[in-house]
Amino acid sequence: MSSELEELYQEVILDHSRRPRNFGELPDAAVRVHGDNPACGDEIHLAVKFREDGGLEEIKFTGHGCAISQASASMMTMKLKGKSRAEALEMARVFHDLVTGGPTEPAYLLGDLRLMRGVRKFPQRVKCATLAWHALEQALRQSAGESTITTEAP
Amino acid sequence: MNATAPAATSVDWKTIREDFPILRERVQGKPLIYFDSAATSQKPRAVIDALRHYYEHDNANVHRGLHELSSRATEAYEKSRQRVADYLGAASADEIVFTRGTTEGINLIAQAWGGKVLRAGDVILLTEMEHHSNLVPWQLIAERTGARLRFVPVREDGTLALEELPALLTSEVKLFAFTHVSNSLGTINPVAELCAKARAAGALTLVDAAQSAGHLPIDVQEMGCDFLVFSGHKMCAPTGIGALYGRAEILDSIPAWHGGGEMIVSVSLEKSTFKKAPHRFEAGTPNIAGAIGLAAAIDYIERIGRAEIFAHDAMLTAHAIDRLAEVPGMRILGPTEKRGALVGFVMEAAHPHDLTTFADQQGLALRGGHHCNQPLMRKFGLPGTTRASFYFYNTIAEIDRMIEILRDAARFFS
Ligand SMILES: Cc1ncc(COP(=O)(O)O)c(C=O)c1O
Repeated sequence: MSSELEELYQEVILDHSRRPRNFGELPDAAVRVHGDNPACGDEIHLAVKFREDGGLEEIKFTGHGCAISQASASMMTMKLKGKSRAEALEMARVFHDLVTGGPTEPAYLLGDLRLMRGVRKFPQRVKCATLAWHALEQALRQSAGESTITTEAP
Repeated sequence: MNATAPAATSVDWKTIREDFPILRERVQGKPLIYFDSAATSQKPRAVIDALRHYYEHDNANVHRGLHELSSRATEAYEKSRQRVADYLGAASADEIVFTRGTTEGINLIAQAWGGKVLRAGDVILLTEMEHHSNLVPWQLIAERTGARLRFVPVREDGTLALEELPALLTSEVKLFAFTHVSNSLGTINPVAELCAKARAAGALTLVDAAQSAGHLPIDVQEMGCDFLVFSGHKMCAPTGIGALYGRAEILDSIPAWHGGGEMIVSVSLEKSTFKKAPHRFEAGTPNIAGAIGLAAAIDYIERIGRAEIFAHDAMLTAHAIDRLAEVPGMRILGPTEKRGALVGFVMEAAHPHDLTTFADQQGLALRGGHHCNQPLMRKFGLPGTTRASFYFYNTIAEIDRMIEILRDAARFFS
């Protein structure tokens, strides 16, 4: 087994992909975002409930796709519950840098999510890792209602 | 697949591998196993040398200069056209239009023929297994003309539901366009039968030979098709060159598509007159080197023999299907017999993208995804498949190595 593969598919990541956390419906969600990676067929349906102060009260997802896309969504939802909008946006930015090899240092913000770092060696898989995060950013932008995003420019 | 692996032929397949310099490449430090020839084939030295020779000795523009090099380039270019005509069994080189590939050939027919002929209410008959390039061009022209699209369904086993043809081939159908070999299921469609039925119903036919032109013997007159398109790059030739065969009578009736140099007889500021087919459809400086490379690829393929290649393909594919069935949680798509040199499959334990990433790390090039067949994948309820596609330079040992890698992947991901 190559070490790059082992870094990409760490045990924690495989575990999240096999048993995704926060997987399911959120009937009283304020926002639903359907994230679509048409090149791969990955799909993430993100549902978010906000607190009075705008922070994230509850966040769940459904969908299907490769191990990376599903594990990334699962780990993201665990990390985000209870975070303020500003914190969530900052984490989205840092996560993006983490998987693309961007300049951000405070990866410690991400905790466990740092395990996704192995993706940066696989440029074709970056979209899989960031799909859930793109859906999150859209959810934060709109605050209410339903929308669809895609990793391909329309 | 029933064990109809044909007897070994007289071809020395091992030496043939040595004709392909890239097969000595290492990937991730491992010997390359290239199982993505359905996307594009590798190129033999004979083709690479032909390109080089052209640029080093004969390069000039065609049909223009009166100088020696231009005559050489023109002669080589037109000889290539004749070579393609012979390869396809066309009656004349005038029935061969050089294109950039399959996709451009289909767009040419859809826009130029369809734009002239199609009226609101007319129908283009396609199948559910078409590559996006034999679907989207028809959607575009249908929108422009008010014509409608209709589809021959695909059965669960990956074959066409031929029993539905009589009900589908009504008098509104102006053209039936279908693939010879499916790029995701491997199905070989009964081309001659489909063409005969379409003709009896008064419809023209277009055969997408992208997956067959380099793999099986093709004779357009025996097939009885009106149009046939293919891409050179899937049959040992360079990218950016392909051809459209059009039966003379029909091709001549189609108006110009792109305008520009090379395709005109005379031009005034208001109006131009155009050359006859095929030159009417080749505006601008063509891919001269590509055409020469395509002829070299045809020479190369014919030296081996298409019947021999087809038999070798069938042997590899049969072996792959037998061995894949041993892998736990494996589902193989497509028909059990009469198939082209590719196998699409899904593995319970691993998503196609995880699987192809895993395989790539072992030097094995597979393709994962929807293979430009999104409607078909939706029909089968699959987000995508993994595809292993073969050509005559592949070996049984490589297939056996793939099986080991897939077994490792099953263990790794579950
Ligand atoms: C069946 C089929 N049709 C059409 C095409 C499109 O060929 P090209 O991209 O060379 O135009 C392909 C290639 O992927 C194919 O497999």
